[in-house]
Amino acid sequence: MTLLKRGLSRRRVLQTGMAGIIGTGVSPLIFSKGAWAQEFCNNPTGDTVTFGLNLPLTGAYAEEGADEQKAYELAVQHLNGEGDGGLINVLTPTALKGNGVLGKKVAFVTSDSQTKADVARAGATRMIERDGAIMVTGGSSSAEAIAVQGLCQEMGVIFMAGLTHSNDTTGKDKRRYGFRHFFNAYQSGIGLAPAIVDAYGADRRAYHLTADYTWGWTQEESMKAATEGLGWQTVEAVRTPLGAADFSQYLTPVLNSGADVLILNHYGNDMVNSLTQAVQFGMRDRQANGKDFQIVVPLFSELMAKGAGANIKGIFGTSNWHWNLQDPGTVAFTKSFGAAYGAPPSQAAHTAYVQALLYADAVERAGTFYPPEVIKALEGFEFDGMGNGPTLYRAEDHQCIKNVLVVQGNDAPTSEYDVLNIVKEIPRDAVAYDPTIFGGDLGPAEPVPMC
Amino acid sequence: MRAMSRNDLLLFLGFTLVVLAMPLWLQPFGAAYPDLLQRFMIFGIFAVGFNILFGLTGYLSFGHAAFFGVGSYAAVWSFKLLSLDAIPAMLFAIVVSGLFALLIGYVSLRRSGIYFSILTLAFAQMSYNLAYSVLTPITNGETGLQLTLNDPRYLDAAMGSAQAGQPVPTLLGQSLGGFAGFYFCAGFLILAFFIAQRITNSPFGMMLKGIKSNQTRMNYTGFNTKPYTLAAFVISGMYAGLAGALLAVTDPLAGAERMQWTASGEVVLMTILGGAGTLVGPVIGAWLIKYFENIFSAINDTMLHRFWGFLPEGADNVMVAITSKFVGEGWFLTLGLVFVLIVVFLPGGIMEGVRRIAHLFNRQRKSPDRPASQVQPAE
Repeated sequence: MTLLKRGLSRRRVLQTGMAGIIGTGVSPLIFSKGAWAQEFCNNPTGDTVTFGLNLPLTGAYAEEGADEQKAYELAVQHLNGEGDGGLINVLTPTALKGNGVLGKKVAFVTSDSQTKADVARAGATRMIERDGAIMVTGGSSSAEAIAVQGLCQEMGVIFMAGLTHSNDTTGKDKRRYGFRHFFNAYQSGIGLAPAIVDAYGADRRAYHLTADYTWGWTQEESMKAATEGLGWQTVEAVRTPLGAADFSQYLTPVLNSGADVLILNHYGNDMVNSLTQAVQFGMRDRQANGKDFQIVVPLFSELMAKGAGANIKGIFGTSNWHWNLQDPGTVAFTKSFGAAYGAPPSQAAHTAYVQALLYADAVERAGTFYPPEVIKALEGFEFDGMGNGPTLYRAEDHQCIKNVLVVQGNDAPTSEYDVLNIVKEIPRDAVAYDPTIFGGDLGPAEPVPMC
Repeated sequence: MRAMSRNDLLLFLGFTLVVLAMPLWLQPFGAAYPDLLQRFMIFGIFAVGFNILFGLTGYLSFGHAAFFGVGSYAAVWSFKLLSLDAIPAMLFAIVVSGLFALLIGYVSLRRSGIYFSILTLAFAQMSYNLAYSVLTPITNGETGLQLTLNDPRYLDAAMGSAQAGQPVPTLLGQSLGGFAGFYFCAGFLILAFFIAQRITNSPFGMMLKGIKSNQTRMNYTGFNTKPYTLAAFVISGMYAGLAGALLAVTDPLAGAERMQWTASGEVVLMTILGGAGTLVGPVIGAWLIKYFENIFSAINDTMLHRFWGFLPEGADNVMVAITSKFVGEGWFLTLGLVFVLIVVFLPGGIMEGVRRIAHLFNRQRKSPDRPASQVQPAE
């Protein structure tokens, strides 16, 4: 007490403070190290295994997130042997038995990523560190997917990307621990360009409005390259912020630009808003350069089509998958999703569901949850029956190579879900490409001993 | 000035103890995992720094997230260009955000009151938009700035220390993931708290408090208050930059969202919730808000069903239906309610509540020689 009464000098306080920090701060690390030293990150020891679902439940892509969540819940039920089994019955080849994964019951935790990369990363970290997620999946924005994928590589946890369409996800920013079932902007470009050139002629002048982040950039680049290769010109490409509610300031210049096609590189609510406003501007009734003015939306989904209502009629785009396909996989998935939720699934729901099943199947085939083995099981995996025809999980960039659909807004919808027509199914050989064109490096498969 | 008073010393030691023991006492609350603990530390620093400006001088800045974001970007660029070591990154971030604060502060502090708040808000929103779309080559826009395998890292290259695999920030070769990252940030929070404590009790701090209570009178007595407010602004900007850099150290990704006005508003909420003008209050406010954001937002219906499982069939469903509105996506609702309750009943924030309780105990014990813990004005 005498020490305190006299008061302490600044130096004394600093000295004892630093000693305290070093003493208490560093020494517990030595003890806690053993607690974290497991064979690999979140090795499931009990009788359950936890999936981490990182979903945008708020923000511009919230609708896709909500649909993905339904799909994951369905996938978890099916994996645990509840419900009608869904696509487990049609996946070939399959190692799934409908008794969980490696005999462990599947559970899940969720996190709202708010369609923001920062938040998505924090949510994924929480699910890995606190909830012990063995695998993270979901997401509806490429910015999220790339951010979370980088994190998962650091932590040594496999990331099964949900809806992400940017070339960078399996291109320049690809990671050994990240896998994508969804198609990408490059495939949209080479799939869609011949169809719209056929329909609208080869001497068109295009104006791009682009969501200002990785997906928009790569889609703009891919659409430009593909259409210019077939004779189109690009008047201008303007970037718009993600989540902008009002696009009129970007649409006005289009009218006097000399363009006769507007390409909307928007998705989710953004696309619903920009398309609706473009139609309100009278663009679809306009003539430009002596031709009918046209609008193209390269990436389409049923949820967006529903949101945009009648404005969507006749508009071309591409899709990863559509519930109206007639193969057994699609029929089975649409049936069990419809039975559970009373509406047909969107492409976001489909890719989410398939990713969950593919991960579980890879674990079964590997016979372990150890990530490097699971990665090996996924790389180069050739499968069929998931609704996209024969599909290859390419080992070089972890991109699924499968058929791409060219779709068009339905002129005479028979129900509120019958909003898109499949114009053409482009075979996968036509949309396969050299994985080296985007650069990037997968990185090592051995997990870092951190987690 | 030379020595700390006994109360201050106890406060500092108590604070240090509470912070370092967080992994233990937060266990029952489900918050003792490294990422959230790191965030507690980082936003604690942010709030302590904000309080130096708002709590002491009364200048309400609505654009502090700009400095936070600038700190993050500076740190990530240092990781990309210089070295993966945390120390140069943090120094660089503090310097850059300090300069940025000097610039904005010099312009904004020509006005006070609401005009000052609007000016800072305008600058912050401008920085956000710059980061979001105009300066995409520097900030990578919405996608966020990330480390890649083929960053140059000239300093590391010169030292010949190449690292295999995904680049992660280190401290002198030690990885900063998990609990190591937490203790690293905790050290800085304690240091930040100590400096803030010294500033508050220094003549400089008295001057700032004088500016808060009556700036005109200060001017009449012959003080030029401008350098003092500017100094306070720059110091708190550097605190924000330090916090932003730490966030980049623990998670090397800088996104524009962290500069948005909502982020600026959040630190104001933290400070008011905890008690503006107090030392510990802002830190507690920051912890509370981050806890709500990370824990309440992750509670879903299954967890609620387990929680209300003891109720009879049917009743638990009703309770789940009611409570589910307040958790998960509805966490903002809970936070809003807590905020309203605190502002209405405890205008001085949580710290006022603590003082009232302490006061109650003191009166009961009737110990006249020990005054109730220091009452500080709060706004």
